[in-house]
Amino acid sequence: MNNLKKYSDDLERALLVLDQQGAEKIILDACQAESPMLDAGELVACTLERIGNAWSEDKLSLSQVYMSGVICEKLIDKIIPPASLLRKDQPKMAIAVFEDYHLLGKRIVFSTLRASGFELLDLGGGLNADDLVAAVKQENIKILLLSVLMLPSALRIKDLKRKLTDIDVRIVVGGAPFRLDSELWKEVGADAYGSNSAEALTVVSKLMEEKK
Amino acid sequence: MKSKEMSSMERVLLTLSHREPDRVPLFLLTTMHGAKELGISIREYFSKAENVIEGQLRLQKKYRSDCYYPFFYAPLEVEAFGGQVIYVDDGPPNSGTPFISDIEAIYHLKAPKVKDCKVLHKVLKTIDQLRLYAKNEIPIIGVVMSPFSLPVMQMGFDKYLDIMHFRRDLFEQLIQINEDFCVDWANAQLQAGATAICYFDPVSSTTIIQKELYAKTGFPIACRTISRINGPVATHFASGRCLPIINQVAKTGAAVVGVSAEEDIAELKQACKNKLTVLGNLNGLEMHRWTLAHTRKVVRETIQKAASGGGFILSDNHGEIPFQVKDDVLSAISETVQKYGQYPVIQEHNEK
Repeated sequence: MNNLKKYSDDLERALLVLDQQGAEKIILDACQAESPMLDAGELVACTLERIGNAWSEDKLSLSQVYMSGVICEKLIDKIIPPASLLRKDQPKMAIAVFEDYHLLGKRIVFSTLRASGFELLDLGGGLNADDLVAAVKQENIKILLLSVLMLPSALRIKDLKRKLTDIDVRIVVGGAPFRLDSELWKEVGADAYGSNSAEALTVVSKLMEEKK
Repeated sequence: MKSKEMSSMERVLLTLSHREPDRVPLFLLTTMHGAKELGISIREYFSKAENVIEGQLRLQKKYRSDCYYPFFYAPLEVEAFGGQVIYVDDGPPNSGTPFISDIEAIYHLKAPKVKDCKVLHKVLKTIDQLRLYAKNEIPIIGVVMSPFSLPVMQMGFDKYLDIMHFRRDLFEQLIQINEDFCVDWANAQLQAGATAICYFDPVSSTTIIQKELYAKTGFPIACRTISRINGPVATHFASGRCLPIINQVAKTGAAVVGVSAEEDIAELKQACKNKLTVLGNLNGLEMHRWTLAHTRKVVRETIQKAASGGGFILSDNHGEIPFQVKDDVLSAISETVQKYGQYPVIQEHNEK
């Protein structure tokens, strides 16, 4: 789309002032063409990516990232229902909060990915390694996104990784311990790390290509 | 170098007045390490005041920290409200599923009375006993969660952001309840013998909310709450950034600000000059992997960037050092402060 940048600027402005109606109009205007999924997904992904990166640069707050994701998720669900064939064809993916109940990070990434056209299972919070191994096997999950708040939980991803050694699944981690310690994701044996929702989107898109 | 070594209290008070004491004060904010000292589990350690008293005494003596830190764990106040606390063997007790599941229940929520909460009494007893050992020479730092940040544990972050943006009636109601509780809890700790209160307010950091929203929410709440606390207050952002709002923080009545490792300590010090004492900003999360040589290097660099002129207390960036940080790293932090934190601080490039 030639006007992607312009629409994305407009959409970002609308999202940051929580103007849901305005945001919907911009998305609909942008995708009046014949392939709404492609245009809407691309526009929303591009905008949420910029918003996520702006948070890492301390230009926007986590609250703004969260609210933008939630609004976009609602709008995309309205424009392209979850079961639509227009959604992306992808390996199975899930997201969970590992070992605690601080759910905001998971919610932000979940909203951003769904608003960008991906489908993923929300496994919830307070899950331990055994819970996750069972879920991965039962659901045949190929990409597992984990949000973590506490250092001990982050370190226990090593145990989870070991328990999943023989299973074809990639682990992507995120959350405060990884953001404040840039080497930690390697230490725990994760396959990738996203410091914000924008990076999560980039990492997932890349892994999806590899898994195809 | 000064001829006589100051007491911790003298050292801290002088730096709070933005003058140089004998050396840089160190607030080594260890909590769970007390359990390690006593050879008991974290759960058992926090089950009674006597353990925490003994733990704090041993830790202060071992690492020559310039304060006692009778902080138990973050969800203590949620526990007082009837919420769930989850214990793990190797980390801080954490809050469980938020106890406010239906947001409309906020209209029926009542704050607990400090005098009726056994979990809070453990802390008050700890402070009361530490006061006897401190003899007014070592500051005792009490802790409260800010009324603005407590709802994250009370109802979950997503629901809290939703009411902050779309249900101001419920937001104001919850904040009013929390403000009254926070003031009572802070003043009870001061009455028990705390020297100052650390007001944890991570939601106010620009990592979480934008400056404009802080001006309408966290800032007026902090002004109102801190003005009702009968003692000095340190506002701590628990790893969150605060540089863009530092001038407002200075107007809340706080004397100290706990700052993030994600911001430059020299820049923070400059912005806080003669307004706020800077507390920070060793990266507690990286600390579990630090070698002794790296520890000495980071501590010395931090001192060199921020210590000049006083108004600085060396500490971690989060207000709670992870259980995984080894004793020899904590010793190295302390030794480096003793060695290189003496005033006047000699800049490394001037050293022969």
